[in-house]
Amino acid sequence: MNPAPFEYLAPTTVDEAVAALVEHGDEAKILAGGQSLLPVLRMRLNAPEWVIDLGRIETLRGVRDAGDHLVIGAMTTHDQVLHDPLVHEHALLVTKAVTQLADAQVRHRGTFGGALAHADPGGDLGAPTLALDATFVITGPSGTRSVPAAEFFVDLFETAIGEDEILTEVQVPKYDGWGAHYEKFVRVSHQWPIIAVAATVRLDGDTIAEARVGLTNMGSTPVRATAVEEALAGQPATPDAVQQAAAHAADGTSPPTDLNGDAEYRRHLATVLTRRAVLAAAGRNGT
Amino acid sequence: MTRISLTVDGHQVADDVEPRMLLVQYLRERLGKTGTVVGCDTSNCGACTVHLNGSSVKSCNVLAVQADGGEVTTIEGLAKDGELHPVQEAFRECHGLQCGYCTPGMIMQAVDLLKENPHPSEEAIRAGLEGNLCRCTGYHNIVRAVQHAAEQTSHQHPEGVGA
Repeated sequence: MNPAPFEYLAPTTVDEAVAALVEHGDEAKILAGGQSLLPVLRMRLNAPEWVIDLGRIETLRGVRDAGDHLVIGAMTTHDQVLHDPLVHEHALLVTKAVTQLADAQVRHRGTFGGALAHADPGGDLGAPTLALDATFVITGPSGTRSVPAAEFFVDLFETAIGEDEILTEVQVPKYDGWGAHYEKFVRVSHQWPIIAVAATVRLDGDTIAEARVGLTNMGSTPVRATAVEEALAGQPATPDAVQQAAAHAADGTSPPTDLNGDAEYRRHLATVLTRRAVLAAAGRNGT
Repeated sequence: MTRISLTVDGHQVADDVEPRMLLVQYLRERLGKTGTVVGCDTSNCGACTVHLNGSSVKSCNVLAVQADGGEVTTIEGLAKDGELHPVQEAFRECHGLQCGYCTPGMIMQAVDLLKENPHPSEEAIRAGLEGNLCRCTGYHNIVRAVQHAAEQTSHQHPEGVGA
């Protein structure tokens, strides 16, 4: 099916894009890479009057080193993030998640910022950016503001981005020397995860000094598994110790029930995948 | 209507299009390039895969206006001077198809995959083709065809088979 007719704007600066949003407000949708928006438009789940394409704004693309953190431009494609040496060195968890995100064609077009702004609870970038305490930089008519990941994800497909605002970049603190793993459970390789676990750990010898764990699709937003993080700190990186900590993975979560599994199944899966993810992040072979 | 101009299979084209027109519709309905097919309505199947500015994309998931100024290669632009592309030849040689509907997308994605990784393992081939569905489930020969193409070209062109 075709999208319903719309007017199209392709601004070349962020200011122009914000001005267009101010003018058209809730009649407008932002087009980033289009890998989620175009299916939505084609299935007529949404029919905006205006589509504002950010694809011609060059300043929104690329990854740069900003001292204690990396800056990932919102329009950087998944494929660029996947192959970026800075991301691999300083935020390995992001590389690990993007490796498993969708398929090659979608990674060529889809963007880091677009996927996060879309805020599908099954999206693969929410849990890692939450676990890494990323900061979301949002620009609107009254200027630029920074929102911590913990406040960015509001609800199903809903973020802190206002109607006349644009997500311009994501700042990811450096986690140099941390091991990382993204454990994703799917029936078909390029589909949305039933659930997934993003884990990154800093080892001190054989001890887990610190851990960060985020969960995908265990609620209407990405979830931080703080109980697991606290239980892991100071523990040996052994299967038994990690399993005990991972038993807390579903604490306080409200996972959905759907055709792929009910909530109880997802809660069980969370403990299993968290054990695998943490052990793999610690460089231990865990299954 | 929005004016677009782009290069498709080596030819410069320019047209006025509705912004909602998909790239695959533009290729098929305006340019008559029906070698690129539409297999699904959900951007899952990859049958419509073409190359945009050197990278594989699902052309049902790109607006024609987004391709403005770009360079598109379709399955119809792979053969050069009457000679099939080595990946096309390998699909024929290994019978990498059953009904053939997914073949244009499979070949375009395989060319992209071999450009990134000229000597892929079987696992890498299967992962690289994860966005392309064969509803006949004829994956084994498709994977063999990609392996064959990689072997053939490493003899003839050590730098790989990227288009």
